[in-house]
Amino acid sequence: MSAMKLTVSAAAILAAAATAAAARDNIQIAGSSTVLPYATIVAEAFGENFDFPTPVVEGGGSGAGRKKLCEGMGENTIDIANSSSRIKQSDIDQCRQNGVDEIMEVQIGYDGIVFASAINGPDFALTPADVYGAIGAQVAKDGALAANGAKQWAEVNPDLPAQNILAFIPGTKHGTREVFDIKLLEAGCKATGAYDLFLVASAGADDAAKEKDALANCLEVRKDGAAVDIDGDYTETLARIAANPNGMGVFGLSFYQNNTDKLKVATVDGIVPSVETISSGEYPVSRPLYFYVKKAHIGVIPGLKEYIEFFVSDAMAGPEGPLAEYGLVSDPELARTQEAVANETPMGPLE
Amino acid sequence: MTDASLPAAAPKSLLVADGRTRRRKAAETRFRLYGVAAIAIGLLALVFLLTSVLGNGVNAFRQTFVEIPVTLDEAVLDKTGTRDPKAMAKVTTVSYGKLIQQALEAELATRGIDTSALTEKQVMSLMSKEAPADLRRQVLADPLLIGQTITFDAFATSRVDGYFKGRVTMESASRDSNITPEQLVVAEAMAGAGLIETRWNWRFLTAPDASELRPEAAGLGVAILGSAYMMLIVLVLSLPIGVATSIYLEEMAPKNRWTDLIEVNIANLAAVPSIVYGILALALFINFMGLPQSAPIVGGLVLTLMTLPTIIIATRAALQAVPPSIRDAALGVGASKMQSIFHHVLPLAMPGILTGTILGLARALGESAPLLLIGMVAFVKDFPSAPPEGLMQPATALPVQVYQWTQRSDPAFVERASGAIIVLLTFLLTMNAVAIILRRRFERRW
Repeated sequence: MSAMKLTVSAAAILAAAATAAAARDNIQIAGSSTVLPYATIVAEAFGENFDFPTPVVEGGGSGAGRKKLCEGMGENTIDIANSSSRIKQSDIDQCRQNGVDEIMEVQIGYDGIVFASAINGPDFALTPADVYGAIGAQVAKDGALAANGAKQWAEVNPDLPAQNILAFIPGTKHGTREVFDIKLLEAGCKATGAYDLFLVASAGADDAAKEKDALANCLEVRKDGAAVDIDGDYTETLARIAANPNGMGVFGLSFYQNNTDKLKVATVDGIVPSVETISSGEYPVSRPLYFYVKKAHIGVIPGLKEYIEFFVSDAMAGPEGPLAEYGLVSDPELARTQEAVANETPMGPLE
Repeated sequence: MTDASLPAAAPKSLLVADGRTRRRKAAETRFRLYGVAAIAIGLLALVFLLTSVLGNGVNAFRQTFVEIPVTLDEAVLDKTGTRDPKAMAKVTTVSYGKLIQQALEAELATRGIDTSALTEKQVMSLMSKEAPADLRRQVLADPLLIGQTITFDAFATSRVDGYFKGRVTMESASRDSNITPEQLVVAEAMAGAGLIETRWNWRFLTAPDASELRPEAAGLGVAILGSAYMMLIVLVLSLPIGVATSIYLEEMAPKNRWTDLIEVNIANLAAVPSIVYGILALALFINFMGLPQSAPIVGGLVLTLMTLPTIIIATRAALQAVPPSIRDAALGVGASKMQSIFHHVLPLAMPGILTGTILGLARALGESAPLLLIGMVAFVKDFPSAPPEGLMQPATALPVQVYQWTQRSDPAFVERASGAIIVLLTFLLTMNAVAIILRRRFERRW
C-alpha cells in the first residue's frame, strides 16, 4: 500500500504548502539584462545592511520586464521592472488596462556602448560615418547609392587599418541595438549623405513618409556576412572575437571594463569611452538606464521604498559608489531623482 | 544460381578463401571499423567536454584566502555598549570595511610589506568586497567577539585568486582595469608571509550566489537547495501518480478507444519540448492559481508534469515484463485483482519502476528551460527556509545557476560556471549509477 500512502502524503504536503502561501516579503524585480548586474549589486548590499530579505532579481530583457510589470497588481506580480530603454505608450496603456495606474520612473544613470576588438589587433578610431560605411547595406558612392562592397576598413576610410570588416552587432531584440541604430547608423547615414540619396529615391507619398522610408533604409545592415547579429549576451560576442581576431564587437561599457585584458576599445569621433567622457557627454554613444516601480506596492511589499531610495542614494549610484565602479555612468541630476523617489512622484505622461 | 552449378568450377579448398568470401569478410571488417569509428567520435566528444569542463572548473573548488588579525573595536561596532542586536545591526558594512582596511594596513606594515606603490583603495581591493559583509555576519551571530582580536579569514579578490591559479598573469594584469601588476607584487609578498593561501573552499557548495562585483564569493548553496526541493516535489508527486496511472492502464483499464487515445497522448507528452511546460506553468500555477514566482513549488510542479510521461512509460514497461503466470497464480489461489497487483506484480516490477523514476528525476534535475518562465532564473541571495514554507520562497536551481554565471561579464564566473557543471554532472552521474545498480541487482529475468 506504499503507493497509496505516498499519494495521500503528497496531497497533504500540497495542501499544507498551498495554505502556507503567506504574504510575499521579498521584492521581486525583472527586466533588462543590462541593468541586471547593477540591480544585483544593489540587492546584495541591501540584503546585507537592512532587515529586509534580499530582493530577487531576474533578467529576461527590458520589454519582457515592462510587460510583466503591467500584468496586474498583487503579490504574484513583480514590483519593479528594469529597463534599458524608456517605457513605451503601449506599455503604459497595458498597465492601465490591468489596473496598474501609477508607475514611478527612476533614472539610475547612463550606460555607454563601445566598439571593441581583439587586444592584439590594430587601433581603431571610428566615426559614425565609418561605421555606416562599413556595415550599412547601401552606401553613397560618387553621388549615387550603391550596394556596400567594402571588404576592408581601409576601403571605407584610408586612415583605418587594412583589416577585413567583420562586425558583431547586437541582435534586434536587444535594447542596445536601438542605441546603436540611432547614434551610429542613423548619424553615419546622414553624415555620409546616404540619407539624402535615400530621401530622393524614396517613393513615399509626402515628406513624412519619405523621411520614414529613408530612415528605415539607413538602418539596414549588409547581409553578406560582414555584419553579424548576436542575439546572445556580450559573452557570446567576446567568444566570437576570440575565434575571429579580425572581428569588432559592440559591448556595454561595464562589460568592456571587466575584460580590458582581452579587448581593445575603439574611439568614436576621437573620444575614448570612459565613465568620465560619457558623463560629460563627449562620447556620443550612450543611453539612460531606468527602472519602473509599481507605486501601489509601496507599503504592501516590505522594504520596497527603502530599496528604491537605497538604489539612488549617493552611496550606491553616486560617482564614487559601487555601481560606478562596475561601469555605470552616474547621473549628474541624481539629486532630483532622489527627491522624486522620496516624494513617491509617479511619472507623468510621455512627452 | 549457386556456385556448385557453375560450369567448370575449380575445386575449392576450405582453407583458401575465394573472392566472394574475401569480399564478405572485408565488408564485415569495414562494418566493424565503422562501429569503432562511431564510438571513437562519441568518446572524443565526451573527452573534449570533460577536459574543457574539468580544466576550467576544478579550480572553482579552491579559493584564495587572506588571513589577517582584526581587532573588533567596540567604539565602532557597538557604540551603546549594550550588545543590543538591533543597535548593532545599524552599523553598516561600510564601517566594517574601514575596520578591515585598518587591520590590513597595520598587518602589512608589521610584516614589512611595502605598499607604497599602491593607493589605499588598491590595497583594500586585494580583498573581496564580501569581506565586510562576512565580518558583520560573524559579529552579529556572536556579539561576544566585540573587543577581541580575531583571525579573520576573507576571500581574496577574484583577480588575485586568478593570479594564484594561473588565470591572471602579470602581462594580462597590466592591461586589466581591475588589477595592476603592483597589486599582484604585494599579493605575492603577502603569500610569502603566509597571509594569503589557496585552499579547498567549501563555501562554493554552501554559499549563496553573489553579485558581479564579488565573483569569488559566489556559491551554489541556494541552487543546490532549490534543486533538492524541486526533486522532492517531483518524487513525491510523480511517483505515486505515475505508478497509479500505469497500474490502472496496464492492469485494470479496458482496452478501448479512450485508453488508446490516452496512451497515444502520454507517449506524445513525453516528447513535448520542456519550454511548453513552462508556458503552461506560468498560465496555470502562477496566473491562475496565484502561486508565487521563483518558488520551488512551481518549479517542482512543472517538472512533475514533465517527468510523469517518462515514469508512466517506464512503469508500464516494467509491469508488462512481469509474466502473466504470476498474476494467474495469485488469482488462482484466491487473491483479489488488487491483492495480486500489490502483493506480487508491483514488487516484481519495482526495480524497473525505480530505474525509470531515477532517470526521469535526472532529466528533471538538468532541466532549465521551463524554469525560465516561472522566474527561477534569478539572482536569489537568501536561502529558502525548511519545507513546507520554504517551498514557497524564492530559490534557483543548478542548471539555472550555470546559465546565469555564463552570462556574467567578469571572467572569474567562467570558472565558477564550469565548477557548477561539475557539481551537476556529479549528481547526474550518481543518479544514473544508482539506476544501473538497481537494475543489475534486483531486476529478474524470466
